[in-house]
Formats: sequence, C-alpha cells, structure tokens
Amino acid sequence: MKVFLMFRDHDFSLEGTAPANAEELIQDLELNTLFHATAGDDKFLLEVAKSGVLATLKDRESIHYRQEVLADCLKFPEIAREIYAISVEAIERENHIWGYFLMTSPDSLLRRSIEALGLFLASFERLRKLCDEHGSKFHSEGFGWFFAMITQELDDAYLQVVKDHLQRLQFPNGILMTANLGPDFRGSDYILHGLEVKKLRWFEQVQEWVGQIGHRNGAGLSFEVDPRDEAGFRALEALRTEGIIHVATALGQSSDHILSFFKALRLELGFYIACLNLKEKLAARDEPICRPNPLPAEGEALRCQGLYDVCLSLNTADRVVGNEVAGENKDLVVITGANRGGKSTLLRSLGLAQLMMQCGMFVPAEAFQANVCQGVFTHFKREEDAGMRSGKLDEELSRMSTIIERITPGCVLLLNESFASTNEREGSEIARQIVRALLEMNIKVFYVTHMFDLAQGFFRDRMDSFLFLRAERLDDGTRTFRLLEGEPLPTSFGKDLYTRIFEAQGSVAAGAVRST
Amino acid sequence: MPSQSADNSTRASEQWSKDKLDSDLGLNQDPDEIFRSILFDEYATWTEGDGADAPVFFGDLNLDQIVHSLTTGRDEYNLRPLFYLPLKRPETVRYRQDVFRDLENSELLQSVRSFAAGMRTMRAHLALSEKRYYKRQKQACFLDAVETYCNATAGLTQGLIVALPNSSGFQGLRDFLIGYSGSEGFTTLTRETETVRLGLQKVKYSVHIQSARVTVDRNDVDGDYSQEVLQTFEKFRQADPRSHRFKVPASIEMNHIEEHILDLVAKLHSEIFAHLDEYCRRFCGYCDEVIARFDREVQFYLAYLEQMERVKKAGLSFCYPQVTSQSKEVQALATYDLALANQMIGARTVVVTNDFYLQEPERIIVVSGPNQGGKTTFARTFGQLHYLGALGCLVPGVSAKLFLFESIFTHFEKEEDLQNLRGKLEDELIRINDILERATENSILVMNESFLSTTLSDALFLSREVMKRITGLNMLCVTVTFLDELAAFNETTVSMISTVNPKDPQQRTFKVIRKPADGLAYAAAIAEKYHLTYDAVKARVGAKHGEGSQS
Repeated sequence: MKVFLMFRDHDFSLEGTAPANAEELIQDLELNTLFHATAGDDKFLLEVAKSGVLATLKDRESIHYRQEVLADCLKFPEIAREIYAISVEAIERENHIWGYFLMTSPDSLLRRSIEALGLFLASFERLRKLCDEHGSKFHSEGFGWFFAMITQELDDAYLQVVKDHLQRLQFPNGILMTANLGPDFRGSDYILHGLEVKKLRWFEQVQEWVGQIGHRNGAGLSFEVDPRDEAGFRALEALRTEGIIHVATALGQSSDHILSFFKALRLELGFYIACLNLKEKLAARDEPICRPNPLPAEGEALRCQGLYDVCLSLNTADRVVGNEVAGENKDLVVITGANRGGKSTLLRSLGLAQLMMQCGMFVPAEAFQANVCQGVFTHFKREEDAGMRSGKLDEELSRMSTIIERITPGCVLLLNESFASTNEREGSEIARQIVRALLEMNIKVFYVTHMFDLAQGFFRDRMDSFLFLRAERLDDGTRTFRLLEGEPLPTSFGKDLYTRIFEAQGSVAAGAVRST
Repeated sequence: MPSQSADNSTRASEQWSKDKLDSDLGLNQDPDEIFRSILFDEYATWTEGDGADAPVFFGDLNLDQIVHSLTTGRDEYNLRPLFYLPLKRPETVRYRQDVFRDLENSELLQSVRSFAAGMRTMRAHLALSEKRYYKRQKQACFLDAVETYCNATAGLTQGLIVALPNSSGFQGLRDFLIGYSGSEGFTTLTRETETVRLGLQKVKYSVHIQSARVTVDRNDVDGDYSQEVLQTFEKFRQADPRSHRFKVPASIEMNHIEEHILDLVAKLHSEIFAHLDEYCRRFCGYCDEVIARFDREVQFYLAYLEQMERVKKAGLSFCYPQVTSQSKEVQALATYDLALANQMIGARTVVVTNDFYLQEPERIIVVSGPNQGGKTTFARTFGQLHYLGALGCLVPGVSAKLFLFESIFTHFEKEEDLQNLRGKLEDELIRINDILERATENSILVMNESFLSTTLSDALFLSREVMKRITGLNMLCVTVTFLDELAAFNETTVSMISTVNPKDPQQRTFKVIRKPADGLAYAAAIAEKYHLTYDAVKARVGAKHGEGSQS
C-alpha cells in the first residue's frame, strides 16, 4: 500500500533529496523563515517542508500532480487535517506501546505486536469511514488513487482476517512445530504451524483438541513434564519461545509495515498540511497567493505580478511591496540601482517563487509563470569576515567554482553582488566571462550588482535577451522598493544611505528593513 | 552421561602441549620417513625444551614486541618457542627460506590457510565435545570435528599437488599427504563420516507442546504460520523495516527437556543413531601426528607473512637475506626497525629506512650524532636483522647479506638512577665484562650509550678499553655513543651519524648515514632545511652560473 500523494509513482522521502547546494539556498534565500512559518512548532513538519521545498521537481507533470492535490486540500482543509491526525495518532500511540518496554523476549514482542495491531485496526476503521463519507468530493488524481486504495485494501473481509489472526496468535491449542537436527543436535529450523481456531462451543473445542492429541499419540512418542519440575517448565517455555520466535518476528515486522504506512501517510500529507499552515499565515496578512503556471523549459517565459518576498512578509507586520517582472524572452536580468531599494528582495523573491513553484506549492504573487528549471543556484555576497580580509575573493571564487561544478544547462543562477570584493574592473571582468559562458550554456542568470562597469557593459551589448531593472528612487531620495525597467546608472546612491544613517542613527536600525 | 569414546577423541587437541605424539593412532600407515617437519630439515638438531625462554637480548632489540605481534591471536599454537630458536646451520636457514618462497604462491598459501582454519575449527569442535555433558551432543561435536579434519586434510593434499612446490619442505609434506590420503584408514574414515552425516541430515521431527505435555513425531506437517502472518501484512511495507532479531545463544548446553526430546527422536530414528554410536567408538583416535605437527609449525610462516603484509602496506619492503657463516662483510639496503614499523602502521608517519655495509677489515659500526636522530633504532635494526635472518625469515629491507651468528649480546643503558652513580657504573662494567668473556668471533654485540653515568674522560678511557677488547675478539659490533672520538678508533671501525629533520617532526626515525663524526650534524640539518648547506648553496649559485655561462 503506497500513499503516493507527493508523486504519481513513487514515495516521498526526507533523506537524500536535497540538492548539493541546499545550505547555500537556505542561507541566501532565508528559507528557514519559510520553513518555520509552515511548521509552527512542529519539528516533523519543519523537516517535511524543508525536504519538500528543496527537492525541486524538474517536470511540469509532477508539479501539476501536486498542485491538484494541494487544490483539494485548500478546498477541504478540515478533512485533510483529520486524515493527517489519524496518522499522527496511530504513530504516537504505537510509540507509546513500545516506549516503556525493552524487547527482551520474543514473547513480549509477540504480545506488544498484538496490542499494536489492535490499535492499527481501529485506525484503519476510522480511515475507512472517512473515505466512505468524503472520498467522492476529492478530484485530484492523487487523492482519487489514495481513497480507492483504502476502499479496496482495507475492505471488511480484510479487516476480518486481521481480527482472526489476533485470535489465533493466542495459541489456545498449544503450538506445533517441526525441526531438524541442528548443530550439536539441538533442534533447529523450527517452523511453527498455525492451528486454526475453530468457532466451536467449548465442549466441542475440547473434543477436537483431545482428538488431535489422541491422533498424535498414535504415531508419536510423548512425555509429560512433572508439575514439580520448575527447570523443566522453564526449558519448555524456552522451547515454546523457539517455536514462536519467527511468528513473533513476523508479527513485529508486520506491525512495523503498518506503522511505516502511517508514517508515509503522515510524511506525504504533512507537506500539504505545511502548505495549509503557510496559506493561513499569509491570508492573515492579506497577502495574495496564486497557483503558478509552470511552463516548458524552452522559450524564456518569466512573468509575474505582485511578486513579493514571502520571508520578508512573514517578518513584517505590514504588507510588503510587490513587483512586476516581464521577463519573456530574457535570459539575463541585471538589477541595479539604489542601495536599500529592494534589489536583493526582488532577487530573493524570484528565487523563492521558483523553488515554491517547483515543489508544487502556491507562489507569493498575484500571478506567476516561469519556465521549469533544472535547479536554482545562488551566489550571494557574504558578510564581511574580519578574519579573512585578504581571502575574500578567493572565497568567492571558490564558491563559484563549486557552483560551476554542480550547475547544468536549464538551471537558474542568482548572483547578488558577486565579485565586488575586488576592484570593479577586475570583478567585472571575472563576472563578465562567467556570465557569458553560463548564458551560452543555457543557464538563466539574475544579477544584482553595483558594478557599473559590468552592468553598463551588458547594457551596451543591447541584446534583446537582456532585461535591466533598476530600483526606483524618487527625486527627493525616497525609495519605493519597486524595481522598474531602466538603464544602469553610474552611482548607487550609497551616499544617501550614508547620510541618512549618520544623520538619523538608530531609526534605521529599528525599522524592519533589510540590509542591501 | 559422559561417554568413553568422545572423551578419547579430544586427546588430539592436547598433543602439542605435551609434544609427545602418540604415533600409534591406528590410522596412519608407514609415514614417509623423510618428512618430519616444515621448520627443520633432516639435519637440524632440536631437542625438547629448547626455546622455553626468550633470549636475554630480546627486550633490548624490541624483538619481544615483534614476537608479541607475531603470536597474538595464535596462543593455541604455542609459537613463542619457535621464535626463540635462531638457527645454527645455513642449510636450515635456506630450508625455511625455500618454504617462504613456496608460500609466495598465492594458491599454495591459500590452501595452507584453509587447512589451518579447518584444523582450528576441528579443535573447537573437540573442545566442545569435551565440555558437553550429554552423550548425543558429544557425538555431534565429534562428528563435526572429524568431518572438518577430513576436509582440511583432503583440501591440503589437493592444494599441494596442484601448486607444484619447489621447497624440499613442501615437497616432503606433499609426498607424505599423498600416501596418507590413499591409505585404507583415511579413506574409510572419510566414507563413514559422510554416511553418518547424510543419515542425520534426513532426520526431521515435529514437536507439539500443550501445557505440560510434549509429543514428538516423525511426521512432517506443512505450512509456516509466520509466513502466513507476514503475507497478510506485507502490503503495508514501505521500505526496509527495523529488524526484530533475537540472538538465540548458540552453544547452550542441552537441558533435560531437549535431551528427552532428542532421545525420543533417536528412538523414532533408531538405525542412524545406532550407526553413530559405532562410528564414535571406532574412530576416536583419528588425527595424524605429522599433520598435527605441520598444522602448528606452519603457523610460524603464516604469522610472519601476515606481519609482512601489514608492514608492506606502509610501503616498506622485505627481502630474502643471504645468510652465511663464512663472511662478515654484512650489508643491508633500505632496512628498518620492524618493531617500530609495526607500531607506525596506520599512524601516518613515515618510517625512514637506512643502509649499512661493512667491508674487510671493518667490524664495528660506531653511531654518533644528535639525539632523537634514530641512533638507537639503527643499532636495534642491525641486531634484529641478524636475528630474523637466523630464524630463516625474510628481513626488512630491499637486499641484505647477513652473518649467521653463534650468539648475540646487547648492552643497553638501564633506567637512569642518579642516586647510585657508582653502583651503576660498576654494574655496567660487570655486565660488559661478562659479555666479553663469553663472546667469540662469531658473536654480534649491540651496545647503546655506555658509560653515560660517569665523567667524559672516564667514559673515554673505559670505552677505548672496551673497544680494544672488541677489536681483539674480531666480532661484529654496533655501538651507539656520544663520544665522537670512538668513531675513528681504528681501521675496523666505521663511523655513522644520525641526522635530524626539524622541518618535519612527523618523521619519527631518521637517516643514519655513513659519514665521519664531526659534531656538526645538527647544524647541517638546519642548513639543509633552508637550502643553505655548503652543497645546496654551491648548487644554487652554480645553477645561476650555469645559466650565465650558457648565454
């Protein structure tokens, strides 16, 4: 039984799915803010959100599959949350059974497994009921498959088989097993034979049992352990244990299988619960969300309206400024302009939106469409590190080299003030060579830069596929945090910032405004 | 109930400790008289009790460490005495070297190793058989033991036939084994073992437990309930589940319930169990004396080869030394202290190798130079090398020519005790005197930092006197000293000095090179580091000059 709410044809997993540059993405795009918003205090959901967002889907069909499931969840959030609750409860109660005991013997494993099975049986029945009542309302392929599976696999007949096993496993007729002579002639390869529990009245049962024994006495040899022989009973118990060891193991394993089903359910549904949580937080802020339109990789198609930085929004009380980008047919976007003008915020928004779209989530924008990319990479300026002033460019180049090792055609690269740690001429030349190579390799580049030499250089090329955005700055020096199309200008108005900070110290620091 | 027959069968395992081999075990026909031992050729003299104690110099040369590592994990073979007996005849040294050469053949080595593993298993079975209380269990262990023995012996025979050994040792063993394997005794043993085993494998029974009643039956019942349970719940499986494995203690004595059940099983299958009884009585003394002895003695080689493998991984070499009692012109290339190399395995440190040679009339190597420079290690290496060579083993190095000594003496500084200077010096002199009294021209002497506990002039005087006597004895000697003056004592002395590389403190042992002592070795090492030695400066200036002259 597979859950398959995340993928049409395989399981979702927390491990091993993050891209190699996950740490950089988390740091540069401040993803932890996003993860925490989706999870609240739930550490498990945090992990789910993290793996879900970072494990970028690379084809439109997979994205569409999740978008549909998410649409169902957004439509019936209570039902989705209840199914999730069933899985969480089953896992927690099972954990409770084992929590206090060490599995010292097959016998205790057997008893606790029977207990766990009883509990799972109850969860199955709840799941069946929910499915019978609401299954037909869900229209996504994912949920359609899921409910069909519950109906089919957990039908009444099957639930009855499980109940029967729970009875037989009490071994009312003793245990019968076969063995070979093993090492040292001790019995080995014990195989237990399940004696059916017949639904008989008590006296019939006795008759049946006596008959069985009688039959055995006919061919076999038997003896009885003396009631005073304590060691003998211990030995008998040990032998009985050898007999049940495999069935205990099998039952323990079966119980684990069922547990793993509930775990898979919690995991896969958890991703959508995380989305619901985020949606509710954004709705409370009156921020819009939209179902993004993932487009084929061919033909640059980025276009968005009201795109905002979801992380900035989550950290701010007010609504944040949304931006419009018309990036159709553009493979290089150069973002220039005033400091603190919203350049980095836009860059981050673009990266976040791309990641969120490609994990099947909604996107923080009024409208968003983009090509499905093969991966998002970031190369952001890092905070000054007093200890390694001279090594700054080395460090940047080394990080870039790592990116170049990993990046493939069809990826997106976000550059934020890259190579500003050396003089402008050198930095520009390094950057130019890298960017040109990447563009030719069919990699889309977004570049926030102060380096006029670099930006101006691209602008002079007058390539149709380049887009130049500039942070808007009003004549009085006010920033609107809007990015408009515009030619790079020779200064970045750092002076303004300098003046403002030095004239009104403290007020800036208090505001929830981002650096750069 | 302990049975008589199973009792006897364990005697084979005790044979080595007694070393009194009961040759009349009823199985072996006339053994090939020529082959006795894989360690000693027909002329080697070796009497019982030899090698009971480690030679006195073992600690000084760190041979104790080497032997410790060689014998670790091989206690059951009691190998130490074999390593305490240096050989006296070059022919026996070659006998062993030839065996080592045969063991370079990986197929031959593998069949010897498999044989040894088999014999180990066999002894484990015998020991269990001894320990068991219940008769049937003793029999089970005994059967296991004999089965293992037959397989091991047959495997070794086949392996040796295929491997075409060149050494007279392995050829002798092969011929012996061919005779033994074809003997009536061994073929019967093998056949009967198989028959009994097959019969027992067919035994199957069922047990029904209902409260206090246990019923044993021949009948087979079909079906496996645990599989049924698994199948019912298999569909929930997502990935590999945690495992619920219980370790059933493997070798617990049977309890009386199990005994009772087995008795009933034996009644149900009376024919095969009667056969087993007869088998155990008939073959109680099955193990051959020559084979048992080979099993122990070949461990000498296997142990040494294993040590070599470990050390070789660190990039170090071993070679077959030319061992002679005719010439004292000894030499070795790229040799090293094996005990130290053993310690350094996996320590990421480099073991530095050294060379030495002596030409007529040279006899004495005087090692001087800075401390921590590997002087003592060098001296030890010299002693170790000769000792290992005399065991017939390969020795550390790329090539070596060694003298087959009659005796080795060492004189190493004991713990320093400032409270008792006079006593210490006196003690030292007594020890040296004792050594020189006993030493002959065929001895080797290794001296380390003698006379530290007295004044310089005293030390010089005493050392000169000792050197005179050593020279007079015409024996091989390595002496480590802080007295430069001894380095050019006479035409029989050779000066070697240690060097230090302060640039790389990871290097724990350093080069000891043949060079006159000048007391400036450390200064030279420092200069080397900065490429400012006379030679280096000359070469660097010369390179520029070369460029200049070309133009």
